[in-house]
Amino acid sequence: MINEDRVTELKKISNEIRKSLISALAEAGSGHTAGALDMADIFTALYFHLLKHNPKDPLWADRDRLVLSNGHICTVQYSAMAHAGYFPVSELKTLRKFGSRLQGHPWREFLPGIETSSGPLGSGLSQAVGMAIAGQIDTGNRRAISSRRPVQKTIYCLMSDGELNEGNTWEAVMLAAKEKLGNLIAIIDKNGIQIDGFTKDIMPTDSIADKFRSFNWYVEEVDGHDIKAFIDLVEKIKTAVASVAPEMRKPVAIIAKTIPSKGVPEWEGKYEWHGKAPTKAEAEMAIKGLK
Amino acid sequence: MHEIINLNENLFETDVEKETTRKGVSEGLLLAGQADPRVVVLTADLADSTGVGEFRNKFPERFIDVGVAEQNLVTVASGLASAGKIPFASSYAVFNPGRNWEQIRTTICYNNQPVKIIGSHGGVTVGADGASHQMLEDVALMRVLPRMIVLSPCDAIETKKAIIESAKIESPVYIRTDRDKTPIITSQVTPFEIGKARIFFKPKVGIRADVGIIATGPLLYEALLVAKELSEKGKNVKVLNISTIKPLDRDAILLLAHEAKALVTVENHQIAGGLGSAVAECLATEYPVPIEFIGVHDAFGQSGTPAELIKHYSMTKKDIIQAVNKVVLRKN
Ligand SMILES: Cc1ncc(C[n+]2csc(CCOP(=O)(O)OP(=O)(O)O)c2C)c(N)n1
Ligand SMILES: [Mg+2]
Repeated sequence: MINEDRVTELKKISNEIRKSLISALAEAGSGHTAGALDMADIFTALYFHLLKHNPKDPLWADRDRLVLSNGHICTVQYSAMAHAGYFPVSELKTLRKFGSRLQGHPWREFLPGIETSSGPLGSGLSQAVGMAIAGQIDTGNRRAISSRRPVQKTIYCLMSDGELNEGNTWEAVMLAAKEKLGNLIAIIDKNGIQIDGFTKDIMPTDSIADKFRSFNWYVEEVDGHDIKAFIDLVEKIKTAVASVAPEMRKPVAIIAKTIPSKGVPEWEGKYEWHGKAPTKAEAEMAIKGLK
Repeated sequence: MHEIINLNENLFETDVEKETTRKGVSEGLLLAGQADPRVVVLTADLADSTGVGEFRNKFPERFIDVGVAEQNLVTVASGLASAGKIPFASSYAVFNPGRNWEQIRTTICYNNQPVKIIGSHGGVTVGADGASHQMLEDVALMRVLPRMIVLSPCDAIETKKAIIESAKIESPVYIRTDRDKTPIITSQVTPFEIGKARIFFKPKVGIRADVGIIATGPLLYEALLVAKELSEKGKNVKVLNISTIKPLDRDAILLLAHEAKALVTVENHQIAGGLGSAVAECLATEYPVPIEFIGVHDAFGQSGTPAELIKHYSMTKKDIIQAVNKVVLRKN
C-alpha cells in the first residue's frame, strides 16, 4: 500500500499537470479539455508511480507499455510526460502547431514514448492485445505449461466510455479473454460524456462492468480521482495475477469513474467541454482555482 | 452555347464571404427532409460538427445517432434504404468511408441501396487536429466502387445543392465536405447538376485558352485566383469546376483538352486515385495531353493552420502558377 506522504506528493503533481495542460490548450486555441482534465489523476499515478519506464530512454526494451486509445485527450499525456522528464515543460506551448512534436492527436513517429498513433477511436485495445500477446510469447506464458512465469511487462490501455460504442473494441475484448491476457490492464474513463451529449442519451453503455465480466474479464471499479485507491488497486491486481497460473489468468478492466473537466468547477460535468479549448482568460481563471 | 453561370459577384474581392460547407449540408438536409418524408439522417456521435444537428432538431423522429460506430452507421443506413428510406449517413471522412469501406462496398453498392454518405473534414485544411483526422484518400476509395457517385462541391451553396440533388436519385452517393469556412464561389442561381462540369473562368470571347485548370472542392478558389492573375498578364486560362468526380463529365474534359492542350488538376487529396487520376484515365484513352497534378504527393498531413498546411503540401496559388508554367512548356 502506498504511503500518505507519497500520495500528497502525487496530488501536487497532478495539480501541476492540470495547470500545464490548461495553458497548453489555451495557447493552442483548440483541443480537448474535459477528458484530459478528468484523467489527470490516473496519468499521474501511472507516470509517477506505477509505470516501469525511463523518460531518458523512452524506447527501453523492458518498459511497460501505455497505449492511449482515446487519443483526443493526449494533452494530459503530453503534460504528464513533460513533467516526468520526457521533454521540457516549455515545449507544451507548441501543442497542435505546425512543426510540433505534440500533434493534435498523438503521432508515434513524432514523439518517442508514444507507443502508437491514435485519435480514431476504438482501435487502441486491439493494439494493446497484440502487444500483450507478444509479451506472452516472449515470456513463455503462451505455451500450455502450468509453471508460474512472471508477467514481465504490463500493457496498460487507456480508453474512453465513448469508444465502447465501436465494434472493434468488443472484438478485442473477446480475443483478450480467449488469450488469457493477465498482462493487460484496460482503464476505462467512465466520465459519462461523448461529443453529442451524455453517453446515457447518445449510446447507453451501462453496465460496463457487467459487460466486461460476461466477456470473461476481471473487473474492478474505482474513483478515478482517488490516486491512492487507484494505485493500491493496480498493485493488488498485479500481485494477484502473478500468483495464479497462466491458464487461469484474465485480462483486467478497471472502470474509473471520473468527472469531466475535474479540477475546474465551472467546467465540470459539461459535455460542451469535450472538444473545446479555454480562452486565455478562462485558462487563467482555471489555473488560479488550482493553486 | 454560352451558359450564364452567375458566380458570386464578390468572388474576387478581398472580403469574399466565407462559410463552412457543413452549413450547406445543414440547409440542404432541411430542404430535402421537407420535400421528401423518406429522407432520414444518421450520424456517429458527430451531429453538429458535420452539419446534421439542425435536421435532428427539426425532424427528431427521422434522426438516428448510432454512437461512435461507423460500421454500424452505414450498415443500418443500408437496412433503412432497403425498407424504402433515403438515408444520409454523416461522419468524418476518415471514418466514413475510411473505416467502413467494406460495409459500404457490400451492403450499399453491391446491394444497390441509395444511401448517401457524407464525409466531412476532407483535406489537410482540417488543421490542428492533425493527420489522423485529415482525410486524403476518400475520393480514391469511393471512386473505385461500382455504382457510387462521387460529389466534391466547391462551397457551401454547391454543397446544399449536392445534398438536395442526391436525395432525388436512386443511387449510392458520396459527398465530400471540408472543415473550415471556405470562400463562397457560386450563387444560389449558379446551375448545378450531378454529372456536369462547368467552366467557371474563361478568356475573352474568341480567345483560346493556353492552359486548362481542372479543380474540385474549395481549392477551386485558388485556381480561380490564378486564372484571374494570369489573365491580367496575358496568359489565357480556363478553369473547369468538377463537382462530380464520378461519373466524370468526359465531354467537358475532352473539350478543354482539345482547346488548351495542357492541363493542371487541383485537389486537396492524394494525387494517387483522386481527381487528377480520373482526368488522366479519361484522357489517356481519348486525347492525351500533358498534365501537372496539384495535390498531396504520397504523404500524411500534420497539425498546423490550414494556410500553413496548404503551403507545406504545395497547393497554394504560387504552386498552381508554377504548374501552369511547367505544363505549358511540355506542350508539343
Ligand atoms: C472512429 C472515430 N469516430 C469518431 C471520432 C470523433 N470523436 C472524437 S472524440 C469522440 C467522442 C467519444 O467519446 P469519449 O471518447 O468518451 O469522449 P470524452 O469523454 O473525452 O468527451 C468522437 C465521436 C473519432 N475520433 N474516432
Ligand atoms: Mg467519455
